[in-house]
Amino acid sequence: MEFISQHPVLVASIIKIAVLLFIVMTALAYLTWLERKVIAHIQSRWGPYYVGAHGLLQPLADGLKFLFKEDVTPPVADKLVYTLAPFLALSLALSAIALIPFGPPNILIPGLGQQVFAITDINIGLLLVFAITSIGVYGVALAGWSSNSKYPLMGGLRSSAQMISYEVALTMSVVGVVLLAGTLRFNEIIAGPHGQSGYWLHFVPRWNIFPQIVGFLCYITSAFAETNRVPFDLPEAETELVAGFHTEYSSFKFAMFFMAEYANMITVACLATILFFGGWLSPFPDSWTWQKFLPGAGLVLMGIYCAYDTVSEMRGIARIQLAVVSLLCLAAGLICLVPSVATVILGTFWFTTKVLVILFVYIWIRGTLPRFRYDQLMSFGWKLLLPVSLANLVATAAWIAYGWVRHG
Amino acid sequence: MSLAFLMFLACGVLAISGAIVLILAREPIHSALALIQVMIALAVLYVLLGAPFIAAVQVIVYAGAIMVLFVFVIMLLNAGSEERTDFSQIAKYVGVPLGVILIFWAAHWLWRSPAGRAIGTATAMPAASTRALSVELFRQYLFPFEATSILILIAILGALVLARKEP
Amino acid sequence: MSVVPVSYYLVLSAVLFGLGVIAFVFKRNAITVFMSIELMLNAVNLAFVAFARAHNQLDGLVFVLFVIVVAAAEAAVGLAIVIMLAQNRRSLSVERMNHLKL
Repeated sequence: MEFISQHPVLVASIIKIAVLLFIVMTALAYLTWLERKVIAHIQSRWGPYYVGAHGLLQPLADGLKFLFKEDVTPPVADKLVYTLAPFLALSLALSAIALIPFGPPNILIPGLGQQVFAITDINIGLLLVFAITSIGVYGVALAGWSSNSKYPLMGGLRSSAQMISYEVALTMSVVGVVLLAGTLRFNEIIAGPHGQSGYWLHFVPRWNIFPQIVGFLCYITSAFAETNRVPFDLPEAETELVAGFHTEYSSFKFAMFFMAEYANMITVACLATILFFGGWLSPFPDSWTWQKFLPGAGLVLMGIYCAYDTVSEMRGIARIQLAVVSLLCLAAGLICLVPSVATVILGTFWFTTKVLVILFVYIWIRGTLPRFRYDQLMSFGWKLLLPVSLANLVATAAWIAYGWVRHG
Repeated sequence: MSLAFLMFLACGVLAISGAIVLILAREPIHSALALIQVMIALAVLYVLLGAPFIAAVQVIVYAGAIMVLFVFVIMLLNAGSEERTDFSQIAKYVGVPLGVILIFWAAHWLWRSPAGRAIGTATAMPAASTRALSVELFRQYLFPFEATSILILIAILGALVLARKEP
Repeated sequence: MSVVPVSYYLVLSAVLFGLGVIAFVFKRNAITVFMSIELMLNAVNLAFVAFARAHNQLDGLVFVLFVIVVAAAEAAVGLAIVIMLAQNRRSLSVERMNHLKL
């Protein structure tokens, strides 16, 4: 108690971290569910259906399965590095999320002057996220090396080459945005003096996606490659390499790689939202005050739909489960309709919506595109993506230097 | 015992232990991991010294690119544990004491150096802003900056020539 | 922020540099010899940043940037040479790299 009163900022930070960790972990779990569902519907299947209503308990079942499986360590593996690799991958993937602002900085914890929706707000936020993601390569590379086996080694080699190649294009593609914003602090990139608030022609939001469309395309392509996702998932191409760098991993260590991959997806989606889609800014003008009821209304609608589905489709225990979900949605929606709450969560609502749209595109592309060949991947990265993002950078710099942008 | 001093102590211990592991490890990959530890500890020290931009560059370039290249080469060559050849006796009996003396001499000299003592416990200074650093880099040090870009170009060419398959 | 005397950082830098020298002399693997050079460069960087702080000037920080760039160039060329040597000599030991010709 004494400690809490003496270090209120520290305690508040720890609570924020714990809450964020809980939310991110849940989001990770349900991202796998969402992915399986979306892919299944793209392929005219139903996806997970039996564990819980609409497979809603499937992530829990998967997690339990991973926990209780036997944890096999190959006898020839380098024990220390073999154990270190998944921890490294997951902890780095999660720590990058700590720098993301999920809502406006003007919402403060009463009496502390600390932001509610960001764990830290530092002046080199963007650079630090890149620093953390750039060491993320080690998780994959070390896993591949320490397994002391053929396919993991090949997968680790491929993925480290791929990740350092595309990191160059990834970094170059966002420099245009940094030039426009003139800062590396996330909240200023979003709503600083040269940020993304305001409108062109009174209705097009001033998001960086419009002047930086080339940069965005380069960013999202290299982000796919950075996170080892289809169509760039060569490190784990199952037709060639069994499972790539995590072939020898089992049980919870495998689950950690899995979670790290999804955490990386969330990080790059958050970054794309902040850099190109105006972060927690609303697409509508502030004068449209009714928009603060959107999150509540959405949740209430979802609750009503779930209730309808419960009555019309579900049988047995699934009916009870879905009824619980619909009650939760209705309760959350009603809470969000309270005007004071609605104002606070509006920024976070828009941020989450944008991130979810980008994640959906991620999954959509996985359901659509075939895998690249390795030499195509490398020449695509170095011969197309890097020159294009450099040209974008030069063009943006010239644009700013000749004063064709509002702040000159 | 302020928080900054504790951080300095922790990072210093991490850096020195990493350097010692680098020497003692027999597997090259363990040495590489130890070196990464040193680099990240140093990055935290740069933040303590009020140079967050340098810290980020240190992690991105050193830990995130150069050391990945090292790990990559170790994996590519599948470099196993180091062969222990018979050391030259001179290295063993003259080199080690000389090295230790070098360390202590340099440490002692730096301890007493006026630059180090003059600052003492200085008042907290604002962190060097990225903007100020870039102004310095692109105004006063523009020529060296361009020269290093040529150096990088030459390095790329050199690496390409070396890696090229013989016709 | 900077309540730690700068001389502490300089001593740490000297110790790291010395350990780098020892590693450079003692390691027998070409790659780890390279790594010890990187360790020495890092130690020097720490001294640069510490001096920049001591004199409250930015030049030291700019120098660190240059050192990092040079280290990157050196690593690219050096590792390419190491790969060539390893392929030609079938060994990474520096003891076997004592001939200029094959």
